[in-house]
Amino acid sequence: MTIDHPILLSLFYILIFPGFVFLSVYGLFLQWLDRKLGAVMQNRVGPPWYQPLADLIKLLAKEVIIPDACETAMFRTLPYFAMAAVMTAVLLLPVWTDALYSFQGDLVVVIYLLTIPTVTFFLAGWSSTSPYATIGSMRVLTQLFAYEVPLMLSLIGPAILAGTWNITELAGFFTTHKLYMPAQLPAFFVALMALQGKLERVPFDIPHAKNEIVGGQFTEYSGRLLAFFYLAVDMEMVVGAALVNAVFLGGTLGAAGLPGLAVFLSKTLAIVFLLTLLRVLMARVRIDQMVRFCWQVLAPISMAQILLDIFLKFRLG
Amino acid sequence: MKKPARALGEVLGHLFKKKATSNYPFEKAVVDARFRGRIAFESDKCIGCKMCVRACPAKAIEIILSAEQPAPAPAAEGAAPAPARKRFDCLMSLDRCIYCAQCVEVCPKKALISTQDFELAHTDRKTLIRHYK
Amino acid sequence: MSKITIPLGPQHPALKEPVNFSLVLEGEQITGSTVNLGYNHRGIEKAAEDRTFLQDIYLIERVCGICSHSHTTCYVTCVEEIAKAEVPERAKAIRTLVAELERVHSHLLWLGIAGYEMGFETLFMYTWRDREQVLDCLELVSGNRVHYAINTIGGVRRDITPEQKTAILEKISVLEERTGYYIKLATEDATVLARTQNVGKLPHAVALERGAVGPTARASDVKRDVRKDEPYLIYDKLDFKLITHNTNDVFGRVVVRALELVESYKMIRQVLNYLPEGPIAVKVPAKIGPGEAVNRYEAPRGEDFHYVKANGTDKPERVKVRAPTMANYPSVSYMLDGGYLADVPMVIAAIDPCMSCTDRAMVYDKRSDKVRVYDWNDLRKYGIEHYKKRGIDFSKK
Repeated sequence: MTIDHPILLSLFYILIFPGFVFLSVYGLFLQWLDRKLGAVMQNRVGPPWYQPLADLIKLLAKEVIIPDACETAMFRTLPYFAMAAVMTAVLLLPVWTDALYSFQGDLVVVIYLLTIPTVTFFLAGWSSTSPYATIGSMRVLTQLFAYEVPLMLSLIGPAILAGTWNITELAGFFTTHKLYMPAQLPAFFVALMALQGKLERVPFDIPHAKNEIVGGQFTEYSGRLLAFFYLAVDMEMVVGAALVNAVFLGGTLGAAGLPGLAVFLSKTLAIVFLLTLLRVLMARVRIDQMVRFCWQVLAPISMAQILLDIFLKFRLG
Repeated sequence: MKKPARALGEVLGHLFKKKATSNYPFEKAVVDARFRGRIAFESDKCIGCKMCVRACPAKAIEIILSAEQPAPAPAAEGAAPAPARKRFDCLMSLDRCIYCAQCVEVCPKKALISTQDFELAHTDRKTLIRHYK
Repeated sequence: MSKITIPLGPQHPALKEPVNFSLVLEGEQITGSTVNLGYNHRGIEKAAEDRTFLQDIYLIERVCGICSHSHTTCYVTCVEEIAKAEVPERAKAIRTLVAELERVHSHLLWLGIAGYEMGFETLFMYTWRDREQVLDCLELVSGNRVHYAINTIGGVRRDITPEQKTAILEKISVLEERTGYYIKLATEDATVLARTQNVGKLPHAVALERGAVGPTARASDVKRDVRKDEPYLIYDKLDFKLITHNTNDVFGRVVVRALELVESYKMIRQVLNYLPEGPIAVKVPAKIGPGEAVNRYEAPRGEDFHYVKANGTDKPERVKVRAPTMANYPSVSYMLDGGYLADVPMVIAAIDPCMSCTDRAMVYDKRSDKVRVYDWNDLRKYGIEHYKKRGIDFSKK
């Protein structure tokens, strides 16, 4: 009796590495790093390394309370959709070598897959039917309309320069033409700000702003459903950092295997350091100010970057 | 003038500074010597005038007769036996005390003193009623 | 856009103490608001009638944690006025010192809260770290970090030694430097300006009409400060500026409080240099003869009123407290209307609300246009009648 290797290997990829287990472990680690770095920047001691894991375990053990008025089926399954979308996206990104599955246009697919968690947040708030959750879900959508276009535009610039829609080829282009990386700095900045919006961190944590609308779209969530939503956001941080790494910083820079994984980890750590810095430096802005900022500042910067990349492409020949 | 990220210098500098918070309860705080903590009682000095009971805003202190009273001093020759000096105990309800130290101030014999104990929280209320002998 | 009514409070992460704002929202804009108070009502004014004047100091102190010295000093000056006691100059100076230290404590705490409500956690952590300096000063002087209990009837309980004086001056220097940085941060950082400018607008005329007090009013260019209008303690001997600002919004309140911090540091130095020799208290008899007195005090949040009536026994007949936040509430409902939901925590935090100070029972009868204060017996009778009419009679088992 022969065992079907490809199926076992695929299951390994999906569930262990770089799938669910790797994303969870690395996601929890990044959450701890973000909290610890943020605390040190604020002159505090910060949480111990096992804090995110302890929070997750505690949430899993709590009772799930569902309001009578909400639609139970959608309410219960949304966290798993968010996690599934993020786990699929990581299969298209270079983690320890070239991406597992790559094809022309997978850049657009990854952006699309990363939009799905945001839609699940909106539906989560909407199906909760409490006033706070409704306001939170409307803010999620408004925020999506604000940062999504600058995010896409900023990712298109390097794609035009490299002449490909394939993320692995994009990373390969910057590995061979390292000098073109600093030229992408404006788009890199735009992508970081838009990533802050996608991950709902200060200054763009408007949807679940504690001081204003209690929990926003997550107000009615509790127990393991909330645990999986938080885990989905942590995994989204890994995937977002991996995406920015692949598009702007050249992915694994040609290395493979264990050295490739080391390169990936160190670069995503650097990106998360920058995200933490952004979080610590700013106050939360209002939703109308955010929309104005994204459309009047971020979008023009990324369009200027596209023009610069078109010019550079002509120079490249 | 509007500057985004005005706090950047401070924030990056703090990565290398000593932290302002400490890992309590493994590293404890040091309080001043005149901090108003738990009130302690010295039975030898108490004369049972109960001025502290009258002064307390929270009805936290009670002065009761000790269970064992000292024997009277032996009488001198030809003199009437002097009555024994009574001994008093103090029942302090730490859950009612507001640590204002008013009793410490009014005591004429300085039998009550302020210590610096402040870690007095407990899950069992009965342990908070201290019987000072 | 459909209207929804959301309750802000009494349990809400934006509020430090329970209060209820019922907001009518259209999308993100507020079209109406109702303020419901009373969640922190503890019956302090009634409890004060059962305790002696000395015990009442500790009760009145616990009206509020951060303005505790304001309440005690105001109450004690009323009692001393009825008893015709002459408080020694050194005691007044020590009271002023603790009063200004309390103001520094309160304003630094407020800066942190304002940062937190904006989502600017870093400002919150930094200001509360620096607040430890002033808390250490207060612990040196009075023996506790909040609820200083430095007042007694006739003076103060503890004296200031020269070592304490040097320690306080050292810490004040550290604080002056840090406050300079916070003023620059609050007035220049782009996101802070975005959240505080043009938010919670309170025009000058409306502030006067609705009786706003304290920094809330002074940010609308109302030049009122009890320390200047009716100097108490030793404020007539101190040199300080009356800080006002004319932008009428939350940004103005930030600036007013930050500049008041700078003035307080100057005053603390002046008081420490001025400390005259002399006793720290006079003896006041336990029974305080018939009389009544009213006194005002500039608490960190505004003007604080106390009224005490004595009738010759050792317990007061009536104590009435009017805290500053009570006077600022009508301005809050004006400021909330037409604003965004996101600005609500900022607007509420900007008046520096102290709900514990605020909840005293006063009933305003709109029909007869009369104000009636219910005392314990009246309330009890009213309650019993109210339920009897509905068929519930508590006297029958």
